[in-house]
Amino acid sequence: MSALKNPQILLASNLADGEVVFLGPSGWERDHARARVARDKDEAAALEAFGKAEIAANRVVDVYLADVALGADGAPTPMHYREKMRVKGPSVRLDLGKQAAGAA
Amino acid sequence: MTAHDPSLARPNAPVTTYRYDDFDAAFVRERVAEFREQVRRRLDGKLTEDEFRPFRLMNGLYLQLHAYMLRVAIPYGTLTARQMRRLADIADKYDRGYGHFTTRQNLQYNWPKLVDTPDILEALAEVEMHAIQTSGNCIRNVTADHFAGVAPDEIEDPRATAEFLRQWSSAHPEFSFLPRKFKIAVTGAAHDRAAIMVHDIGLAIVKNDAGEIGYRVVVGGGLGRTPFVGKVISDFVPRAELLAYLEAIMRVYNRFGRRDNKYKARIKILVHEKGIDEVRAAVAAEYAAMDRSVFSYDPAEFERIAAFFAPPPYEALPAESQKLRAARVEHPAFGNFVEVNVARHKTPGYAIVTVSLKPIGGIPGDATSAQMRLLAEASERFGFGELRISHEQNVILPHVKQDDLFDLWRMLDAAGLATANAGLVSDIISCPGLDYCSLATARSIPVAQAISKRFSDLSRQRRIGKLGIKISGCINACGHHHVAAIGVLGLEKKGQESYQITLGGDPTFSASIGEILGPGVTAEQVPDVIEHLVDFYLAERREGEAFIETWRRVGHARFKDVLRREGEDGADI
Repeated sequence: MSALKNPQILLASNLADGEVVFLGPSGWERDHARARVARDKDEAAALEAFGKAEIAANRVVDVYLADVALGADGAPTPMHYREKMRVKGPSVRLDLGKQAAGAA
Repeated sequence: MTAHDPSLARPNAPVTTYRYDDFDAAFVRERVAEFREQVRRRLDGKLTEDEFRPFRLMNGLYLQLHAYMLRVAIPYGTLTARQMRRLADIADKYDRGYGHFTTRQNLQYNWPKLVDTPDILEALAEVEMHAIQTSGNCIRNVTADHFAGVAPDEIEDPRATAEFLRQWSSAHPEFSFLPRKFKIAVTGAAHDRAAIMVHDIGLAIVKNDAGEIGYRVVVGGGLGRTPFVGKVISDFVPRAELLAYLEAIMRVYNRFGRRDNKYKARIKILVHEKGIDEVRAAVAAEYAAMDRSVFSYDPAEFERIAAFFAPPPYEALPAESQKLRAARVEHPAFGNFVEVNVARHKTPGYAIVTVSLKPIGGIPGDATSAQMRLLAEASERFGFGELRISHEQNVILPHVKQDDLFDLWRMLDAAGLATANAGLVSDIISCPGLDYCSLATARSIPVAQAISKRFSDLSRQRRIGKLGIKISGCINACGHHHVAAIGVLGLEKKGQESYQITLGGDPTFSASIGEILGPGVTAEQVPDVIEHLVDFYLAERREGEAFIETWRRVGHARFKDVLRREGEDGADI
């Protein structure tokens, strides 16, 4: 079991509406806090493999892993500002995106 | 037959825009039906994303950071009131109540669902609009001077030529899979408002010594990661030869343009690597060898198209409106609006109005559906139902009677659309940046907003005068930062957003690419840096000198020195 530099989660875009989704314990979630966290390379590879299968099944597109930091409650927060943006919505329109629904 | 022929009348239509014929309308409808089937097959799983991507891009549909994005073409920037209302209706029904006007005279919806896009395209087709060739490696939506047909310095309305080129380039079988995207801009005036020098092909309508109309053709301009000012490939191409000559250029590019590296696949690289003389010779050889009979020029067809852009039925009016003069005195805020946002018109008694989509602290280019409807109404009450979209991301009302300017201003002011900053420091061009775009490496809108707020005092802005600030959120330069007097480029540096400043860019006939000022700065530092540059300019400028003129006279090094002195050791600015 090889260690990751940082824990990772799997992001994608939902095919039908393009919204950002996160692979959770039992499928795609719209709230990143519910994302399944990979803590080593094997777990990350498993997430990626699931993602590829989901692409093949035409449920999602643009699947990739992103580094996260874990809060005290274990909830993941992306480390890069690009993914920080994706879990919320546009920083210039707080009334739009996931943040508008209070998910971020 | 002219554009004013009653047989061409249609509901709510101005008299100065092109009308689709049956072929155009059928073609667009067929494309919508085709895309509807492609979307259905994608959602059913019969098409993979790799198979579907080219189809969606051919219809202007991207996948962005938070959602899909649909880019709608506004050919040569001309819109009717009816079309503007339809854009508003789509924003409400299928998006989030707003749209974003871009630097290429397009409108982007940021939140459409894939499943809805066929319905959106159908709604657009009903008003003679579409999203064809707003993406992909083809000849993109042809752009033009937003003051077309009304500018006093105009030799000829460029829209007839742009429409001519739209018809030639739409679904062109040979140029639908070019090495990369290809952009053409046309101007017909003495002053270039279409940035033709930084397009793949720029066309300037000119008149030769014999009084014949033709085109000066510029090739190989472009921004992006390798910016170049275009080079003149021909000083005069007669109108009768234009299509064949452009066809020859496109064939040379299609044959010799690099395909091994997408970043080097633009015609600007071909011109740079081969040299303009070699490219000119290759085009001349192709032109001589090709069968030009298929491009034989039919003056009647050009005149047919041009007739659609005939002037509207203006009234005979005095050159100067007494009503306007009195209102300017009585209402200083209106007077300021007229001074800054109103331009001279070629017809006595009329004016061109720029409606700024850059309210102080606002998002450049964004318009709500309510604002779109208000602008549609304003165009009908005050301007023959016609609007223009500028590459500066503003809306133009091109035919306003001077007598009506005050009433128009009150209408705009009540809707928050009367910001008197056209061409001033807060009239900032900005791409969507990382707030929306999946290619971006940094945000650009918040930087634009911060600069706008820093210079919120409009009287201070007027004292500073014309000054173009342009911001891109990545090296692809959709915000045209290379040709800004002050350009800002957002990049990623060590996992943080970093902003590089350039000075001395110019998008007009005297085009130049801005020079980098120094190391990148943080977003928070950008307004300070710009304020220092502006202060230095104000201290150094001579009477009537614009920023770019002072920069050229004083020199880049002195501007750079000012900032070096402002920093601790110059390292952080």
